[in-house]
Formats: sequence, structure tokens, C-alpha cells
Amino acid sequence: MPANTILRLDGVRKVFGRFTALHGIDLEIEEGEFFTIVGPSGSGKSTIIRLLVGMDELTGGKIWLRDKRIDETPANLRPTCMVFQSLALFPHMSVGQNIEFPLKLRKVDPAARKTRAVELLELLHLPASYYDKRVGECSGGEKQRVALARALAFDPEILFFDEPLSALDYRLRKSLEKELKDLHARTGKTFVYITHSLEEAMVMSDRIAIMKEGRFEQISTADEIYSQPVSRFVAEFMGEVNLFDVSATSGRIDGEGLSVAQNGATAALAERIGQAGGATLMIRPEYVQFLRDEGSADFTVEGTLHGIYALGSRIHYEVKTAAGQILTVEKLREDRHDGAQGDTVLLGWGAASAHVIAGQAA
Amino acid sequence: MKRFDAKLGALSSLPMLAVLALAFLAPLGLVALFSIMPEKVFSIFNMPNFSAYKTFASQGYYKSLLWTLMMAFAATTILFLICWPLAYGMAKVFKRFALVITIAVVMSLFVSENIRLFGWVLTLMKGGLFEGYLRYWTGTGFDSPLYNVGIIIFGIVYVYLPFMLFPLAQGISMVPEDARQAARDLGATRWQVLVQIDLPLAAPGIMVGYLLTFVLAAGAMAEAKILGGRAVIVIADDIQTAFTYGQNWSLGSALSMVLILLIGTLAIYGVARIDLDKIMGRG
Repeated sequence: MPANTILRLDGVRKVFGRFTALHGIDLEIEEGEFFTIVGPSGSGKSTIIRLLVGMDELTGGKIWLRDKRIDETPANLRPTCMVFQSLALFPHMSVGQNIEFPLKLRKVDPAARKTRAVELLELLHLPASYYDKRVGECSGGEKQRVALARALAFDPEILFFDEPLSALDYRLRKSLEKELKDLHARTGKTFVYITHSLEEAMVMSDRIAIMKEGRFEQISTADEIYSQPVSRFVAEFMGEVNLFDVSATSGRIDGEGLSVAQNGATAALAERIGQAGGATLMIRPEYVQFLRDEGSADFTVEGTLHGIYALGSRIHYEVKTAAGQILTVEKLREDRHDGAQGDTVLLGWGAASAHVIAGQAA
Repeated sequence: MKRFDAKLGALSSLPMLAVLALAFLAPLGLVALFSIMPEKVFSIFNMPNFSAYKTFASQGYYKSLLWTLMMAFAATTILFLICWPLAYGMAKVFKRFALVITIAVVMSLFVSENIRLFGWVLTLMKGGLFEGYLRYWTGTGFDSPLYNVGIIIFGIVYVYLPFMLFPLAQGISMVPEDARQAARDLGATRWQVLVQIDLPLAAPGIMVGYLLTFVLAAGAMAEAKILGGRAVIVIADDIQTAFTYGQNWSLGSALSMVLILLIGTLAIYGVARIDLDKIMGRG
């Protein structure tokens, strides 16, 4: 175990009756890291966090915090803390009392408690006058900050987050995402964050784990997960994507409707596709170009312009191929393609922006 | 038009107000008036004096009152301690089984209190169900646990259990589960969760349970008569005797007034401190 691993999961399993929520999960989280677990609902991400904070018991496996096993330690004795999806503020206490709660349990004297609470209010950009405010009088974003302040008052080794931003409106969520990342940098604590929103994960995280049906599909940096997904699931989960089922025979790539130029770059791809024995070729919408004439790109495909959607700074084009597949092309507003619905267009991309995923669509 | 509607609303409430005044306020007023009449008169058209209150103080009736309040207090406290775990289970743990408990407890209310108390007498008396069979089988019996203060408190606890149980369960169901989990996560022991989260957040239910059972227990008399065999005389019994055998309406009224004032003050103090809307889920 490397010296800087703070949390280690070793074959963690969780079974509810006949349903297996987690199939023996292994994971190592580094000290000071912002680690995010992303997955659709029912993927087991909430189960993991409940096990990590001690609100549920494991069916099998071990959890280590540094070199101490914590999976049998009751929740109140674990040096970790969680910000709940519902925030779980105490409605009968003031903002100050909420923040001081963990300090009061440790019998910190009232004056020191208050000093710390006011410090934390300041850290989270709340005025000190909020100390006496009732929790019920705070707005959604303010409650968020109070919940964070309370968790930080606990001074946890690891701070867990269970989709705390999911109930907020878009703009507030965006600004709090950045603030959270900033807070992570300033406190230097290890953050473990759970969300179903990949966008949220990408903005904040050092590393991301993608979950599917109780297993990790891929654990990597946001950049790598975006550009080099290991499976179709990850590729599709991570935003819009174009996927082609391809095969390769004697250095030639074969895919429905695809014209592939013969050169060194495509030959290298062909070799990898051949080794995988059939694969999926992934190309992100922003790498697809509208071409004027054939032969100017490694991969080309013909289709008709099916739909045009303005997304503010970007424009989405949907192109229907002869095979009936809908491809997505994304252009910045200044690089927009002038064309009308029903036009025949030629799309193309370079071999360098294509990514090979082993295995085809089921 | 709006003002006319408002007037119409006020007008249409008049019949109900009249019934309330006649059925609730008038008897209360009458009792208040009789309590300041001279003793042993049967009309309110006499020169008021406070002789009945003097009798209350001098003849030892205050002892009945103290016993009553003491037993009511003991019973409500025991009820709270018994009902908390059960109510907690009903609100948080049992899920559908809670309905079975609810039905079982409510069913007991279908049988008259007196009949149920006499059932206990037959069970506990010397030669009764317990002692009788024990003596029949082993040859040695035991003294009946009936006819003392303890058994009266037991009777009150037994009869008024639903009035503590259901408000408590309602109160506990208002405690958000995530707040309990968050407290635990922040380092609170189970005891600290109980004291700092459960009790304050369930306080409205606790208050309602305490008030209901205390008021009922303070006015109860069947338990003291049937189970207690008048080992102590409770104030309700004194009031009944004053109105019936004693033919002393003024004394009965004075005793009633003292009880009403005490309980009323307590009830208003309590009700002012709880948010009924929250309990009814209208918060």
C-alpha cells in the first residue's frame, strides 16, 4: 500500500436480500484527492457511501482508513463525515448551533466553539450575523453552506458528499461546484463525492470512478475518461458520442457506411481493432468536420442533415447516414456549418481523434 | 360584497356559538358561582362567601388533591417511559406491524373501563385467577397486590396507555431520519442522539401525550375505587361525594374549581408551547 493512500476498499460486497448492490469493490483513494463516484441511479454509488460512513454494514470485504480497519467501527467513532443529499440540518437549532454540534459533542468550551463557527461561516462566505439565524430562514444555497460548515467543524479525515447539489437550480449549482473545488484546494482535505451528473464530476474531480450495476467500469482522470473510455457504457454516459461497430481484416477497417483512407494511422487502428476481434469506434461530436471533398480525412461518412440545434455558444447538428444511424456533430458558433435540413453532407475526422473500444454493441 | 360575506360568515357561526356557550360555558359559570355560595344551599341567589374554600383547606381535602396530582404525575412519567420505546418502534421500526399494535390498543378501548378494571380485580384478588390457582396447585398463596397506591397507579397507566402512545408515536414520526443519521455521523452516541435530536424534535408529541394523560389521570376515580379500594381518596371521588351523599354543592363546586384552575393553567402553559399545526402535518 502506498504511503499516501488514505482510504482503501478491499473486495467490498453488499447484498440486500436477493439483490447484490456491490460485487466486491476494490478502490484506493489518495490523501487530499477530490474523488468522485459517478453512476446512474441504482448503480450502487449511494450504497458505497453509506458503507463508508457506517450507516450500513458490509456483507463482505474490508475498509481501511490509512492503516486502520474501520468497517466495523460505528458511524459516530469514524473520523469521517458526510454532507447529506437532504443536508440533514437540525431544524430545532440555529445556524450556529448546527455548526457547533460536533464541537459540543467533544465538549469544546462555548467561547472556542463560537470562534470556530464564525471562522467557518466566513470561510463559506456567510456573514457572521447568520450565527443566530434559524435554519428554516436560510435559502437553499445558504443551507448548503451551513451543512458544509458543520461537516468541516467536525474536522474529518475524509469528507463525503452524497449528491448535495442535486436539489439546487442550475446557476446556483454551477457556482457552488466551483466553490466546492476552491474549498477543497484551501482545506487540503480528501473529498469523496457522489453524483449522477458527469458534468458536475468533471468540473470538480481529480479522479472519477464510473459505476455500473455494482461495479466500477473505469477509474481515471476526467480527461482520460472522456477521451479514452473503456466501454460503450462509459462513452455514452460521458456526454454525446458517435459509435460505429467496426471490424478489421488485413489492415483494412470495415464499418457500415464508413470510408477509410489507407495510411499508417488507420493501419495502426486496424491492428488494434483486429486484435480485439471486432470493436466499437468512438468519435466525439466536436472532432467531426463537415468536408468539401472526399479524401481530405482519414474517416469519411455521407449523410443528410437531419436537425440543427442552437445551444448558445455551440451548435449541434444531427446527420442521418444511409445506414439510418444518427450522428452528432458539434461546432462552435463561429465555426458554424451553413446548410439546411435535408442537405447531403460529407463528414470526416482524423484517425488521431478516433478511439477504439473493444467489443461491439450487443 | 366582501364585507357582506364576512358578516354572513360571522352570523352563520352564531348557532354553534350559542350551543357552545350553553353546553360548556354555562355549566362552568354555574359551578364557579356555586363555589362561592355558603355551604349546603341549593340556589345561587345567596350572599357569596368563601366558606367552601375554607372547608377545602381545613378539612384535609387538599390531601386528596395532592394524592391525585402525585399519582397522576407518577403515572404519566411511567407511561412516558413505557410508551417511548413502543412508540419509537411503531413510528420507525415496525412498519406494517405498527398497524397491528394500533388496532390491538384501540380494541381495548371498545370495552368499558370499569369492566376492564373489574377484570384486573378478579385476576389479582385473593382467591382470584393468579393467587387461587397458585394456592390450588402449590398450597401456598400470597397477599393480594390490590388496594394500595401502587395498584392505583398501575390502573391509571393501564387505562390511559393509548393516550400517551399515539401522540408519542406521532411526535417521533416527525423526527427526520436523516437528522438522526447526521448526528450519529457527526459523532453523537445513541444516548446523545436521543437527548439532542429525538427528544427536542418529538417534543410536541411528548407535550400532547403528557397533557392528555395527566388531565385524564387527575380526573380519574374508577382506578382508585375499584383497584385501590379507596386506599386513598382521589379528588374526583371527593367531588362526587360532595354533590351526592354530602349534598354540599358549594363544596363540590369549590373542589372542582381548584382542580379546573390547576389543570387549566397547566394545559394552557403546555399548549402555548407546542405547534399543533406541525403535529397535524400542516406546518
